[in-house]
Order: sequence, then structure tokens, then C-alpha cells
Amino acid sequence: MIPAAFEYVAPTSVEEALAALAEHGDDAKIIAGGQSLLPVLRMRLNAPEWVIDLGRIDSLRGVRDGGDHLVIGAMTTHHDVGRDPLVHEHALLISKAITHLADAQVRHRGTFGGALAHADPAGDLGAPALALGSTFVVQGPGGTREIPGADFFVDLFETAISDDEILTEVRVPKHDGWGASYEKFVRIAHQWPIVAVAATVRLEGDTIAEARVGLTNMGSTPLRAHAVEEALAGRPATEDAVAGAAALVADGTNPPSDLNGDADYRRHIATVMTRRAVLAAAGRG
Amino acid sequence: MTATQEPAAQAEIGRDRRRKEDQRLITGRTRWTDNITLPGMLHLAMVRSPFAHARITSIDTSAAKAGRNVVTVLTGADLGEAQGACINAWPVVEDQVTPDHLPMPTDRVAFAGETVAVVVARSAAEARDAAELVEVDYEELPAALDLKEAAAAHESGGTLAHPDLGTNVTAVWRFDSAEAGTGGDVEAAIAEARDSGILIEREYRQQRLIPAFMEPRSVVVDPTGEQITIWSATQIPHILRFALAATTGVPESKIRVIAPDVGGGFGGKLQQTPEEMIAFAVARRLGKPVKFTETRSESLLTAHHGRDQWQRLTLAATKEGTVTGLKVDLLADLGAYVAIVGGGVPVLGAFMFNAIYKFPAYQFQTTNVLTNKAWTDAYRGAGRPEATYAIERLMDELAAEVGVDPLEIRERNWINHEEFPFTTVAGLEYDSGNYEAATARAKEMFGYDALRAEQAERRARGDKVQLGLGVSTFTEMCGLAPSRVLGSLNYGAGGWEHAEVRMLATGTVEVVTGASAHGQGHETAFSQIVADRLGVPFEDVEILHGDTQISHKGLDTYGSRSLVVGGEALVRAVDKVIEKARPVAAHLLEASADDLEFSGGSFTVKGTDQGMAIQEIATAVFAAHNLPDGMEPSLDSEATYDPVNFNYPHGTHLCAVEVDTETGQVKLRKYVCCDDIGVVINPLIVAGQVHGGLVQGIAQALWEEAIYDENGTLVTGSFVDYLLPTAADTITFEIDHTTSPSTTNSLGTKGVGEAGTIASTPAVVNAVVDAVRHLGVNDITMPCTPERVWRAINDGSSGGETTEAAMPHFDETEGGVQ
Repeated sequence: MIPAAFEYVAPTSVEEALAALAEHGDDAKIIAGGQSLLPVLRMRLNAPEWVIDLGRIDSLRGVRDGGDHLVIGAMTTHHDVGRDPLVHEHALLISKAITHLADAQVRHRGTFGGALAHADPAGDLGAPALALGSTFVVQGPGGTREIPGADFFVDLFETAISDDEILTEVRVPKHDGWGASYEKFVRIAHQWPIVAVAATVRLEGDTIAEARVGLTNMGSTPLRAHAVEEALAGRPATEDAVAGAAALVADGTNPPSDLNGDADYRRHIATVMTRRAVLAAAGRG
Repeated sequence: MTATQEPAAQAEIGRDRRRKEDQRLITGRTRWTDNITLPGMLHLAMVRSPFAHARITSIDTSAAKAGRNVVTVLTGADLGEAQGACINAWPVVEDQVTPDHLPMPTDRVAFAGETVAVVVARSAAEARDAAELVEVDYEELPAALDLKEAAAAHESGGTLAHPDLGTNVTAVWRFDSAEAGTGGDVEAAIAEARDSGILIEREYRQQRLIPAFMEPRSVVVDPTGEQITIWSATQIPHILRFALAATTGVPESKIRVIAPDVGGGFGGKLQQTPEEMIAFAVARRLGKPVKFTETRSESLLTAHHGRDQWQRLTLAATKEGTVTGLKVDLLADLGAYVAIVGGGVPVLGAFMFNAIYKFPAYQFQTTNVLTNKAWTDAYRGAGRPEATYAIERLMDELAAEVGVDPLEIRERNWINHEEFPFTTVAGLEYDSGNYEAATARAKEMFGYDALRAEQAERRARGDKVQLGLGVSTFTEMCGLAPSRVLGSLNYGAGGWEHAEVRMLATGTVEVVTGASAHGQGHETAFSQIVADRLGVPFEDVEILHGDTQISHKGLDTYGSRSLVVGGEALVRAVDKVIEKARPVAAHLLEASADDLEFSGGSFTVKGTDQGMAIQEIATAVFAAHNLPDGMEPSLDSEATYDPVNFNYPHGTHLCAVEVDTETGQVKLRKYVCCDDIGVVINPLIVAGQVHGGLVQGIAQALWEEAIYDENGTLVTGSFVDYLLPTAADTITFEIDHTTSPSTTNSLGTKGVGEAGTIASTPAVVNAVVDAVRHLGVNDITMPCTPERVWRAINDGSSGGETTEAAMPHFDETEGGVQ
């Protein structure tokens, strides 16, 4: 498991990193924790000439209050995001999802932005980030730009980040007082999810006033289940009512078939997990 | 003569000693093969075939040879006869069809991952880089992949794994109790059951598994010096030395094999590997030390796999559930070559399908088949888990048919404890056991009746989560093996074990064993035995093993043999030391040898307070100033022990699972087992063996499966897709023991290394099937994935076979599922 030789650079500012990226372009890969990239390099599935490490750029690390939203620095580790009190208070869904993300070692090395930029449809952060209506901030030679969540994930391992840009932060709208749950369906604990459902709801009494639902591994990108969200709004937080809305979850999805489950089985599991996630988010699980 | 009944001498056996080897093993500050670096050592990288079956049309090594710090690149043709051959030690029938197995084939590859060239460079990274520059042209051939199709290929004109052999069937091995005179005619029993009794006919799949030991295989060869020294992460240093000598022409006396600390094996390092042979040949060719350490990917791809059988089973019984006959017809997938034990693995199972039961008629046949997949060989239990799975699944099916509790159907058929020693329908003599006692204890620990009540309640309520209770009893033949028995089965070696005890001048003790530990805890357990018997402190005993220069005789570690065979050799060597010391003690104490008693490490003169410790005698013998006339000044002793019989541990395992009928997800709820492994030397080590074994067996039931695609590519080529469980996936196991001492060794011990693995797989699958039997399910294919369980519930099938692709997490290419 020895990677092919590569040159390594560890800039200390985003500007330096962008300069390195501009210089090496297609020959470079960004490492942002390395929990996906290193296995790829070690198995020699990819052999970039340059690896640009964002790990020494302090400005990309940390969670701060941005007013009506949270700002999560792209290089904040999963561990740090997961235990951050601001995240717990304003974006509980992300805290919940991170408790299910890989294992403790990966959570201490892998980063929030790194995982999202990797855009594995089976990654645990895309669905909660989408469900919460996050905005992705990237920086390039021409300055920064904001990418709405709906436009960020393009395809399998492909995002709207241009080759000369770096993801710097993710802005997550505050969802104060919303309940949340991340239901991850796996065969063994450290596996990528076969299917997972991220749900967060705002209750008014016993009624679901608003709901946000994201899906993991139900297509080539993380998905948002708009039809379910609409169907849930105004419904009572009961098993039957939620089940009725959850039945819509698989419509329009295109999940993969692999040795952990056929597409039709995944659609079924998504329906069950959606019902469970929404009920758990509503405190009825 | 000995005094093991004395309280002081009993202190060590049965004591929860922490393992003395753990500190160095766990921290890694030890001699793993890959930690060894020699002056001027070169590194190897293997160039492996991506095709399951292909003709090698050309190999161009020129670009690789020009690589940075590359010393040379060698092919099989370059090495010629010096590369030796990989041997099969157990041709199970006289006319076995055995393909030649060159470590590096020269003209044709027979499975994906086979080595076709080796790169030698000054660093491992440079060797790896250059390996990518070797250009191999292949002409792809059709690959024999499906076991059933391969078995019939010589009749159907199907694909052959080795076209020149004309068949994929290497051997058909058969046992029939009527022919052997050990029982009745199974066909008659089946006819009668078909007419007026119960006939259970099933076909079960033993999926292919990967041993997945913790330490990848590694080998270092140093050809400088009079003996060529080879360090290898192997279970079998002695057998490896024999194989190297036998196939390369290098005299055995010129070869020293060292298995330093080895990080697990589970049978997976019971092999003479192509990589060892290649490293040996390259080192000799270049005259320089070389090292090869495989990657995890290479390990999963090319280290031998295990299991992989189809089992066609017919169980005949009376309407009341008394079994009258069992017929077993196996197809065993040996992969591309007949490995060192190879076709012997299903044959080891042949004697165990009748398990703990008194079946009057029995027939077994295995058809051993070659395919273009990784070779298969021993994996924890080797043949016996497969057998136990089949019969324990069938006994549950019989219970369901008769309409009685699965424990009751077993009780109706098992050997009662008064009936030992018992000669079985397969011709083995079981030494001792008490199935009633172990089962009673397991039931009590489990809370069996309360769980049955909860199950009934959940069924009545139509709960989405159903409870299932699984039963498995087992026995196994442990302690490979009486040499005569191995001879009668055509095995190429004996089954004895060797030990030496050296009394050092200062009173400490060196013990040499021919067993070769690779994580089991031999150093601790053997120290306890010696400390007890010789009456010396546990800390004063050093166990030496795994180096043919120190341990010159041995047959290594596998088949739950180390304690029951190697331990007995040890006992006999210790007893010889005591007997040698006796006349010295008599001489120094000026007493008659007949008046001496040995106890607690000292000889005492009966009826006096005069005595002398064994350590004092050792010092006196070292000085040799005052010994009896004519006595050789040495207490050191050795013993080679050939067992007269196997021994037969047994146990009752009970498992409760919760099955989520909405998703098919299986959750372990409770697992208890009561194993009878005879006298326990170290309960802590035994608990570790049982716990680890249980997890491995449960993993076969629920998680693990090696899958090839239609091209013969291993889909489960990393731990992303080959699902090894961790502690997070298991529950707390409750274990206990009953004790029926073995009558075939002086310590009364039985094997434990394979017990947990053998019994747990059927216990779990029986539990899963039990949870949903009322929904019309009577089988679920292993591993019982959530999808299979869900499909079984919804269409009454067994869930089908896995044929799909891997998850693409590490694939950087375009995926395209939309």
C-alpha cells in the first residue's frame, strides 16, 4: 500500500493554496484530511504529481456564528464539528449525522469540507447539509462565490467547485428548536450507509409545521426529498401520517445496485428510514 | 511418580494468567517479519495477473528494469527449476488430478492475482513503482467460475480451469457406513423414511470466506551464511522447511526457517506460498537478502480462501424424529490449485456430519473441483464448521417437521453421557462428553423458556420485530492427529509433536516446542503447564518456538493441536527431567531414590524434612562436581508424542436474534455457550479463543462473503466490501464450561481454538430462520444480509445469491448511476 511518488506542498493561506493549484492544475489533488484520498493513492487508483495539503491553513478551521446562519470552516474536523455547541444548538441534524460518521479515528482526521467536496453520494454529510439549505462558499483566482446547496452536488464524486477553486466554508441556516435524526442503515458499524435519511422537523404542538429531509446513497448525489417535506407540512406527527408522506420518498430517485442491496430494496429501505427519521426528529421515535 | 495433586503444584493450571506475550505483541515492539531489516536487503514487488484465466504471450521487463534503483526483474522462465513448486500434502485419493503449481507460472495464469513477474529494487516503493512498468501481454481464456458448472464441465463440454487436465474434478472421496462396517445402508433408510417417516432434503451453500488475519504475510530471506535463513509470517515453519527442501533441491540441513511473532493465521497461514518460494529463489539467485511484504489488497486477493461448498443433504427420520440415516453430497471449490491441505478440508468434515448423534446409517461424498479463483484451504475449523452447519440446520428443520422444540429433537438423537467412549457411524471413537449437562447449563444461562415465551408473545402481537432462538450443538475432532490415521487417509506427514525442556544452571527453564504460536498464547499456557509440573515459578519458564534451529522438530500449529498434542509432549519431556533429577537428588541427599517424593518442585526424603529443589539439582548438574558415577551431566530432556486418538470437545450454543421484518435487519440479542473442552489450563485464554471464534462464526452467518464477478475478478477486494465485524457489531457473550476430561492425554485437555467458530454459525442462522419461520421461511442463504432476510420474508425464498458490484467509494472514475 505504497502510493506512487508525489510532490507535497502545505500552504498556510488560501491564497498560497490557490497559487499552487493554479500552477499545478490537473496534476494536483487537494488533501483535506485524507480519509478518502489516501486510500485512493495507496491503492494507486490515482497518482497525482502534486498533493496540496490544506491542513495548515488555520483560517479554514472552526465554527462561528454568522447571524442567521452558522459558518463551518471547510477544514474543521468532523470531531470538532460534531461536538461544537453552536452546531448542536442551531444545526442539530449535523451533530446527529456526525455521531454516525465512520469511526473515531476518521472523525479526528477527516474534515467537514473535505468530505463534502469529495461528494461521495454515500457520504454522511451531504444529505444533512442539503436538508438544512446550506450554501457552499468557494474561493478562486477571481475571489469568492457562493454556490446554493441545490447546485453544489453535480454527479458521483463531482461538485460545482471549479478546478481552480477551493471550498472554504459552508454556511448553514440556523434551525433553532428543530428536532433532528439521522437514520443510517448499515450491515456493520463502520460501513458506508446502504441508505441513510437525514430529517429535521419543527413542531407546533403535535403538528409538523415544517420538515427537511435529505437522502444519502439514493442516487449519484445526495438528494433532498422535497415531496416528502411538502407532504409532511401541516400533518400530525403520528406514525400513520408520517408513513403516508414517507411513501413518496423513493419517487424520482435512482439508487445504485451493489452487493449490499438492489435499487428496489434501497427504495424500500429509504421509505422505512424516512418514516423512522421523521418520527425520531419529532420526538416520537 | 508425579505429584500434580498437591495443592502447591496445582496453582498454575486453571489460573487466569494474563498472557506474557501480549505486551510486545500489542505494542508491536517485537519481531514481526516486516520489522526485520538486514544489511543490503532488497525489496520485492509482485506483478500480478488481472485475468482469472489467460495465456501469457509475452512479458516485457525492459522498462521496469530501467526503473530507479531497480536491481532486476525476473519471470518464472528466468528462475526455472530454482523456483521449486507449491505442494499438495494430501492427495485424498490415489488418482487425484493435481495441476502443477509453479510459484510463478510461465505460460498460463489460473486465477486473478497470480504472480507472473517479480521486481527487485533497493526500496519497497521503487519496486512497487517499477512493477507498474512491466508489460505483460495476455490472451484471455474462458474462466471456470461457477462451482456447479465447473463440476460438470467434463461431461457438458464446459469451461476447464486447466484445459490440459480434461476435467475440473480433482477427486471424488467417499465414505459409506455399510461398506465400512460402521453402520447401516443409508439408501434403505431413505427409502423407508420416504415411505413412512420424515425425509428432509436440503441444499445449503457454504459461501467463500477470507481468513483476513491481522498481519499481512511477509517473508525475508537471507542467503548469506551456511544456512539460508527464511523468516516468514507462517503457521508452519517446519513444514515450510520440508517443502522448500523437497521442491528446490536445497538440502533441508541448509535451510533455517523462522516464524517470528506472527499476527494471526486462522489457517490462512497454513500454506507454502508462492511468495515464499519466489523470495527464496530470488535471494539465492542474487546472493542478497530480500524482503516481500504483501499489501492488504494482495492478501485478500491471493492468500488462500476458505469454505466454498455446496451441500446436498438428505436426512431420514422416523415420524417421531429419530434419525435413521444421513446422506451428504458435497461440491467443494478448491480454486485454481490443490493447496497444501486442499482437498483434505472437506474430507476432515466427513467424520463430523453425524456430530453428537447416534445415526445408524451414513454416507458422505465430496467432489473436489478446480475453478479459476483463488485457491482454498484450511480456515478456522477446516471442514468441521461446514459439517456442523449442515447437520445443525437439518436438526432444526427436523424439529419443525415433527413439531417439537429443537433442543428436544437433539436430545432424542444424541449420545448419552453413559455411553462414552462411543464409536460413531463415521468410525471415530469419542473419548468423553456430557451433552446433557452442557445443554442444561446453556439453557439455564440463556433463560430459554422466558425467551420462548417472549417469542410467542411477539408472534401473537404481530410485532414488526420478531424474536428468533437458535440452537447449535457441536463436537469436533481435535488434536491433529494420530499419525497412523493420517497415513490411512493418504496424508503426506505424521501428526506427532515434539518438546524439549532445558534446565539452565541458574534454575530457570527453557522449553522448546514444535508448535508454532501465531497469537494463541502458547507461551503463557505452556509456561503454566511446566511451572505446575516442574514446580518452578511461572516467570522462570521461557517458551522457545518457531525457529528450526532451536525447535528442530515440530509439526506446527493448526487443527486445535498445540495443547492436546504439543502439551502432552511437553508433559512427557518434563517428566523425563524429573526422572533424570531423581538419582542426583538421591545421591546428594544420601538417600535411596525409592524414598524420594517429588512435589512442589522439590525432592524430599519420605518421613524427613530433608529435601532439595529442582533448581538446586540443576545447578549441581551444571557444576557436575558430585554426580552419581557414570551419570551424564544433563537434566535436559525431550519427548516426541504421537497421539493415539483425537479428542472431542463439544458444546451447546444458544443465540437469540431480533429480526426487523420491515428491513430484514438482524440484531444479536443474546448469545450463550457452554463448551466442554476438558480441563482448562488458562480460563482467560480460553475465553479469548471462544469470544474470537464466536465473532468469526457469527461473521460467516451475517456478514462475510468473498464474491467474484462474471470475469473472475474479486469484487470484495478491500475491507470496504469484505465486511469484517468489529467490537461495535457484536454483543457481550456469556460463556461457561462443563468438564469431561479427555481420556487421550494426561492433562485431560481438549482443543478450543476452533470451537466458537464451528458452533456459532448454525446457531445464528437457526435463530434467524426461527424468527421468521412462521412467515413461511425455512432457509436463508449465508450471509443473512438484510436484503436476503427481507426477500425471504416477502417471497418465501432463501434470498438468492450475491452477484452484484462493489460500492464505488474509492473509484475516482465516472460512475454513472443516473
